[in-house]
Amino acid sequence: MPLSYYLALSAILFTIGVAGVLTRRNAIVVFMCVELMLNSVNLTLVGFSSFLGDSTGQILVLFVMAVAAAEAAIGLAIVIALFRNKQTVNIDEINILKW
Amino acid sequence: MVTLRNPVMSAISLVANFFCIAVLYLLLQAQLLAVLQLVVYTGAIMVLVVFVIMLLNLGREEKLTEKYDFKKIAAVVVASGFALEMLFIIFSMENPATEMAPGAGELGTIEGVGSALFGTFLLPFEVTSILLLAGIIGAVVLARRKA
Repeated sequence: MPLSYYLALSAILFTIGVAGVLTRRNAIVVFMCVELMLNSVNLTLVGFSSFLGDSTGQILVLFVMAVAAAEAAIGLAIVIALFRNKQTVNIDEINILKW
Repeated sequence: MVTLRNPVMSAISLVANFFCIAVLYLLLQAQLLAVLQLVVYTGAIMVLVVFVIMLLNLGREEKLTEKYDFKKIAAVVVASGFALEMLFIIFSMENPATEMAPGAGELGTIEGVGSALFGTFLLPFEVTSILLLAGIIGAVVLARRKA
């Protein structure tokens, strides 16, 4: 399969993630859409890594995975703390940082 | 995944998506990353997400307000414009690569990734461990019952 197909799939996945982040109001679903975007970028990196014969891309994917894991833990902890305080995960009602 | 009302269903479709991406990694001869994708993403992260969904009891979902129709349409239009732009760029590349690089098979093995990770990229690797430590501490502090 040529590289373009991987890149196209990755672009489409990224766009689905963007659309989800922009349209959904549930904080956990927004969080999952961000994971989807991270994954599509990972796919691009692995694709370029294999087609260019350079392992740097795969190392970068490892780091992205580590960051995504840390982000998942922190993000979900924040969601739990918010839910405990406001009884909602609707991001339209979570506006306490707004000035 | 984006259009589903129930977040549990969204999570399940995301897990299916992660499996498909793991298969694509195998096709790209990145064996270690395919396994890590399954273990880290579908194993750890999605279990965490589903666990939080269950914990907050969002299964049958308050009907989140539907009054943002204009915003939604605008978002979808912007996103698809973005997608078309990227696809146009991708498919108008000058000589696109059609063959994998000859040595690609060795890059993705544990040996290949490991020697790069512990050789050239040793410092970023160590920094990542500090990041993960900060993540652990942050999660514990944030999710503690009475902060």
